[in-house]
Amino acid sequence: MYFDSFAAFLHMDGHGVFVWSVYGSAVLVMSLLSYLPLKRKKSTLAALASTLESCALSNSSESH
Amino acid sequence: MWSFFHKLGSPRWFYQISGRFLPWISVTAVSLLVVGTIWGLAFAPEDFKQGNSYRIMFVHVPTAMVALVGYYVMAAAGAVSLIWRMKMADVVMRSCAPIGAAMTFLALLSGAIWGKPTWGTWWVWDARITSMLVLLFLYLGVIALYEAYDNKVAAGRACAVLSLVGMVNIPIIYKSVDWWYSLHQPASIKLTEESTIHSSMLQPLLFTAAGFYLFYATALLLYIRAELVFREQNTRWVRDLALGKRD
Repeated sequence: MYFDSFAAFLHMDGHGVFVWSVYGSAVLVMSLLSYLPLKRKKSTLAALASTLESCALSNSSESH
Repeated sequence: MWSFFHKLGSPRWFYQISGRFLPWISVTAVSLLVVGTIWGLAFAPEDFKQGNSYRIMFVHVPTAMVALVGYYVMAAAGAVSLIWRMKMADVVMRSCAPIGAAMTFLALLSGAIWGKPTWGTWWVWDARITSMLVLLFLYLGVIALYEAYDNKVAAGRACAVLSLVGMVNIPIIYKSVDWWYSLHQPASIKLTEESTIHSSMLQPLLFTAAGFYLFYATALLLYIRAELVFREQNTRWVRDLALGKRD
């Protein structure tokens, strides 16, 4: 490792706050970019499944 | 060759094949990013002028690169959807916009945070930074324009035209540091001559750059798949997917 201690690694000679805030926001934005489409797909499929199931139920009750 | 393009135009085929590639691409992206980040943050030497603040570069440069290349992808998809009326191209164009906007935002944000300790200011209205801000507005414009139309076919066409017109901004961004006097430094990595960045800093940068490109591909596939499922709700394969039948 380039730094002498973990504290020096976090502090980075006073630049730590700048460096870590950039890496933190990158992780946050990239997590959102992965989570949002997965959530959208899941909720679309869930809504579609409940519509299809209720249609199937009403069809089967009509046939009785 | 042509049959490949025909298949590429099929939402169902694209959904299936992308699902097979996604785990590999995403795992490689995360591995490259983790290795490059740890290397860049903890092992690369300090810059003799900028100190440790230069470590922001390992995020700043890749996000800016991906933001620009992402615009090419969006404009190319827009052109294909305008010329051949290809449904998949419209889906790709639509999916590019939020990811490109997020990458441009990260490039601007990391640049501003890097500017404070290096230039003594968060923001300057110089050519490179202003043209990147225009890029962010172009991406946001495509998103807003798409949402503004009720008729999604017309929305797709308007967005394709906007993204093609916006292409004019891309060479301006690339050449801005050469054409105008700027606080922003010119490119350090060159294809035609020797790079002006030391290999101890270039090597971790290559890892994070490759990681960000693959992350872009991962995010794009995820957005495309979500959009496909939404648009193809009335088809048999999406209904089977919703009901948990294996497609």
